[in-house]
Amino acid sequence: MIDLFSLGFFQRALLAGLLLSLLGGVLSVFVILRRMAFIGVGISHSAFGGVALGFLLGVDPLWTGIGFAVVVAVLIEWAQSQGKLEEDAAIGIFFAASMALGVVFLHLSQTYNVDVFGFLFGNILAIGEKQLGQILLVTLIVLAAVLACFKELVFLSFDEEMAWVSGVPVKPLRYLFLILMALVVIVSIYLVGIILVSALLVIPGAIARNLTQHIRSMLGVSLVAAVGSTFGGLLLSYGVDWPSGATVVLLLSAGFFCSTLAPRWPREKSGEGT
Amino acid sequence: MTQANAIHIRDLYQYYNHVPVLEDVNLEIRADNYVGILGPNGAGKSTLLKVILGLVKPSQGEVLVFGEDPVKLRRQGNLLGYLPQKPLNHPRFPVSVLDVVLMGRFGRIGLLRRPGRRDREIALKNLARLGITHLADRPIGELSGGEQQRVFIARALSVEPRLLVLDEPTISLDACAQDDLYEMMHRLKEELNLTVLVVSHDIGAVARHVDDVICLNRRIHVHQAPPIGRLALENTFGCSVEYLFHGEIPHRVVRVHDD
Repeated sequence: MIDLFSLGFFQRALLAGLLLSLLGGVLSVFVILRRMAFIGVGISHSAFGGVALGFLLGVDPLWTGIGFAVVVAVLIEWAQSQGKLEEDAAIGIFFAASMALGVVFLHLSQTYNVDVFGFLFGNILAIGEKQLGQILLVTLIVLAAVLACFKELVFLSFDEEMAWVSGVPVKPLRYLFLILMALVVIVSIYLVGIILVSALLVIPGAIARNLTQHIRSMLGVSLVAAVGSTFGGLLLSYGVDWPSGATVVLLLSAGFFCSTLAPRWPREKSGEGT
Repeated sequence: MTQANAIHIRDLYQYYNHVPVLEDVNLEIRADNYVGILGPNGAGKSTLLKVILGLVKPSQGEVLVFGEDPVKLRRQGNLLGYLPQKPLNHPRFPVSVLDVVLMGRFGRIGLLRRPGRRDREIALKNLARLGITHLADRPIGELSGGEQQRVFIARALSVEPRLLVLDEPTISLDACAQDDLYEMMHRLKEELNLTVLVVSHDIGAVARHVDDVICLNRRIHVHQAPPIGRLALENTFGCSVEYLFHGEIPHRVVRVHDD
């Protein structure tokens, strides 16, 4: 094991995994409370179109991926706000369309190879200094934004209409949150890949939801679940030689099933008290 | 047009998908009044409230709250207190009662800042006003319907509004709790110099407690010209309903009807 931790690529993988699970841990709380799990799926799959465009144009797929994901997220929101389309239908349409675009882009770029598989299912052991820098940048931006608007995001999740009447800038915050999600989706692709990203955006929060009754403890449990599963998954995947992203997701899922069996702590406590 | 009017509505029409929900609504409500809006289900009561709150843009007509467009009013930081019909969308939302009441302060606090001592004091004072200080640390989802109602009224008051708008506040309450609520609103109105607007389809209860009654039905607004008189119920409900509640409404109107 000591050998393992001294390996450069594994150190980078652990650091990247830590940052990404911080992001997933924080954002998934709001994804759960705002019932946006499906939009997470939509955004991550649309990123495929952007990533493929990057291959086609020969630019860093991160940027084209972010561009695509943000545009699709905003389009979904806009289509819904216009009242023309239900949100789930909008997501279904946009994500299928951008994946189809991705397939066409890949065909045009003639690079249907291992890289693509890495983007679909994650390959955190392959990330370099540059990607680590990108992840760090996104982590700082997203955490700063969430910290700045934390109470408003909670209020929005609670009741948007009330929040608006109470003077909270609801619409800008809705868009902000979607953009944050798009950013996190893109960098999380390094860890778990496009197909599995939504796990990171949903499961930690869902676990915490099962175990806690207050937003602060929910946030804490969600972070612990995300960081724990990521580290555990990385080590386990190394030990048994499984794909790391999938192993992380499996650990998260196992954690979720355990959490549904667990009684809620505060309820137990109040039961003892009275 | 006097400045003192809390609400001024002229020729308001509201459509949803080209179907009229409100038609030709004209309305004046003086400040510091306690007004009930009555009407059967689907009469457009909630829509009227949303127009007043600025949540829904009027399809046509003029709506002024304290002499200002509601959206502009909100932007100026002149906020209104609002109790929605279904205030708790997430039954298990992980926040405490005090957290919910503090949310009423968020618009005033602004981004980046956390609630300060003054915000906490205001929230606690409103909890005390509604007699639910002892619930402050309980998860909101564990409370009974009536207790939740009080929490959300405390939240609405924490905005420090001049106008308080309640959408069907009594719908989940039994008769005694309903009376309590109306009485409590009356007390709060006096204490805080509020204009209070209560929507209900419960004719008897509203007519017993409020200063004025407005009737709204089937997109047609029935009222007496400003200042709004006691009642103009004739066209609002069906005849049988009218007959039923006439025993409970003020004497003057009963006589009018008997004539």
